[in-house]
Amino acid sequence: MEPRTLYQKIWDDHVIEQSDDGTCLIYIDRHLVHEVTSPQAFEGLRMAGRKVRKVENTLAVMDHNVPTTDRSKPIEEKDSRIQIETLRQNCEEFGVQLFDLLDSRQGIVHIVGPEQGFTQPGMTIVCGDSHTSTHGAFGALAFGIGTSEVEHVLATQTLIQSPAKNMRVTVNGDLPVGVTAKDMILVIIGKMGTAGGTGHVIEYHGDAFKALSMDGRMTVCNMSIEGGARAGLIAPDETTFKYLKGRPMAPQGADWDKAIAYWKTLFSDEGAAYDKEIVIDASTITPTVTWGTTPEDVVSITGKVPAPSDFDDPNKQESVKRMLDYMGLTAGTKIQDIAIDKVFVGSCTNARIEDLREVAAIAKGKKVADGVGAMVVPGSGLVKAQAEAEGIADILIEAGFDWREPGCSMCLGMNPDQLEPGERCASTSNRNFEGRQGRGGRTHLLSPAMAAAAAITGKLTDVRDL
Amino acid sequence: MEAFTKLSARAAPLNMINIDTDIIIPKQFLKTVKRTGLGVSAFYNLRYDDQGAENPDFILNKPEYKGAEILITGENFGCGSSREHAPWAILDMGIRCIISSSFADIFFNNSFKNGILPIELPQKQVDALMKEVSDNPDAIIEVDLKKQTITRGNKFSYSFNVDPFRKRCLLGGLDDIGLTMQKNNVISEFEKNRNTDKPWI
Repeated sequence: MEPRTLYQKIWDDHVIEQSDDGTCLIYIDRHLVHEVTSPQAFEGLRMAGRKVRKVENTLAVMDHNVPTTDRSKPIEEKDSRIQIETLRQNCEEFGVQLFDLLDSRQGIVHIVGPEQGFTQPGMTIVCGDSHTSTHGAFGALAFGIGTSEVEHVLATQTLIQSPAKNMRVTVNGDLPVGVTAKDMILVIIGKMGTAGGTGHVIEYHGDAFKALSMDGRMTVCNMSIEGGARAGLIAPDETTFKYLKGRPMAPQGADWDKAIAYWKTLFSDEGAAYDKEIVIDASTITPTVTWGTTPEDVVSITGKVPAPSDFDDPNKQESVKRMLDYMGLTAGTKIQDIAIDKVFVGSCTNARIEDLREVAAIAKGKKVADGVGAMVVPGSGLVKAQAEAEGIADILIEAGFDWREPGCSMCLGMNPDQLEPGERCASTSNRNFEGRQGRGGRTHLLSPAMAAAAAITGKLTDVRDL
Repeated sequence: MEAFTKLSARAAPLNMINIDTDIIIPKQFLKTVKRTGLGVSAFYNLRYDDQGAENPDFILNKPEYKGAEILITGENFGCGSSREHAPWAILDMGIRCIISSSFADIFFNNSFKNGILPIELPQKQVDALMKEVSDNPDAIIEVDLKKQTITRGNKFSYSFNVDPFRKRCLLGGLDDIGLTMQKNNVISEFEKNRNTDKPWI
């Protein structure tokens, strides 16, 4: 047999049927559902008199709209309330398991899936959300879909797809002190560009990824989509197995042993071919932030705001002019001279327990700078409870951070957590698009440690100096 | 889904790269539980000022481009969020065809599911089209899906590629859920084998 990539192995294992034109019908093992991209899909099922084909492989949670304040109070915003109520009704009508607002397991869909062991190696996993790529950290083929496809999966447990191309991103060596998984992925996206991975599935390779915890690997895979790749993959290993063992929805007993035996076959064969390759030396990566309004616009914390003339492509030059104007930045300004108004620690990229530990380690015994509003939104009720048990919440509250209830929050501001026009935010989320965190809001993406450093000093700061 | 066969319409040049789905339809409009009615909010932050008045400088607000059914735009169109609200909004404002040098995967896929034809052309041809419709806002462009061509009378003709399965679905306005449900037996068989081989799934 020809050597295969990890992606090809998982793909081959899920092809139900291939038609003459190359289009495949593939089987979907796991489907995650949230309130924003599912109402029209359930409505479609209802209109056609269709059922959910495999309720036991479908899991729903509300996250995008949920307030991060006191949950015992009704949701003030009417449309959000309706959308949440609609998910509740749909789950009841179609028999889908739901982690409701007051359930301790409620949280951001991409944090909940792994936490429960719903996400497992070798599976196909979909969700009506582009950051489904997160689950690729387990060696699962996981990608975001639109609402029409959500309906397709609900009805048939399949999708019609053509195979993607293979891309390999290798990072060798050890990460320097103060440099995290978030810095790695920002540097990777800076190198490949926001469309560099379009049409590809990325496999992350090399000892720098091997050395990461599952939380770090999820941060990396989560942002694959910001490089245009629908999915990112990391081959499962002992770190993966250890993370999964004993999780409520992970295999148990004899099934566990069978699963492990299969999971150990999930790696790219020696000599497997890739359509695109990027290689980076870990020792060259520094704490990194974004300066513009696409995630490829990255710069080292020791660098400066670039000028349009720093780019060759005339379309990019135009775009840079527009971005500097939107971001209220002047070319040549030192990144560390940029003052911020808000700090957001949260999102499916960086709201797991290790992210919060990173923030607490920097914030311990210090105070959030005057005039800065800093918010920490844990990724799930379980992350929140653990952070409270470990004393992290106390450290953060003591330092002046606002400690919130779990949800997507200011990553996209569908709930009341939004930036005001012109406000500048140091954010651990994944998108710095115009208006993403609120109309006119200005986002700088960075790691949790860097966000903590910015909160303490009131400006973008090199965490290695603290 | 409405079939797409042939379209003769005016085209608008939206000359920006990396237009993400947050730009196409901002978050506050994702709270709907319907697919319709989003057209008025498409490109909201570009199209309206802080008071909600139309921004006269935005290309799709210019009288000569209002009602254009074809959009010509910069690379990596539709990147970011998977929200299908983006093609719903574009369709609802009357656009049936988008031409760019590249599209983000999820948006590209979502468009076909809604009767919108996204066409990828080489950058040079996109640049030429952009200039053509900037210079001649009244130009009627003909997009023929069957023949896979974009023409303007005898002034120019470009051919484009399209995935054969997606082409068939668009031409026929086919509902692919219905098509897949006809394969229920094959799916059940696959599922049965999978349960035997990998019972933990």
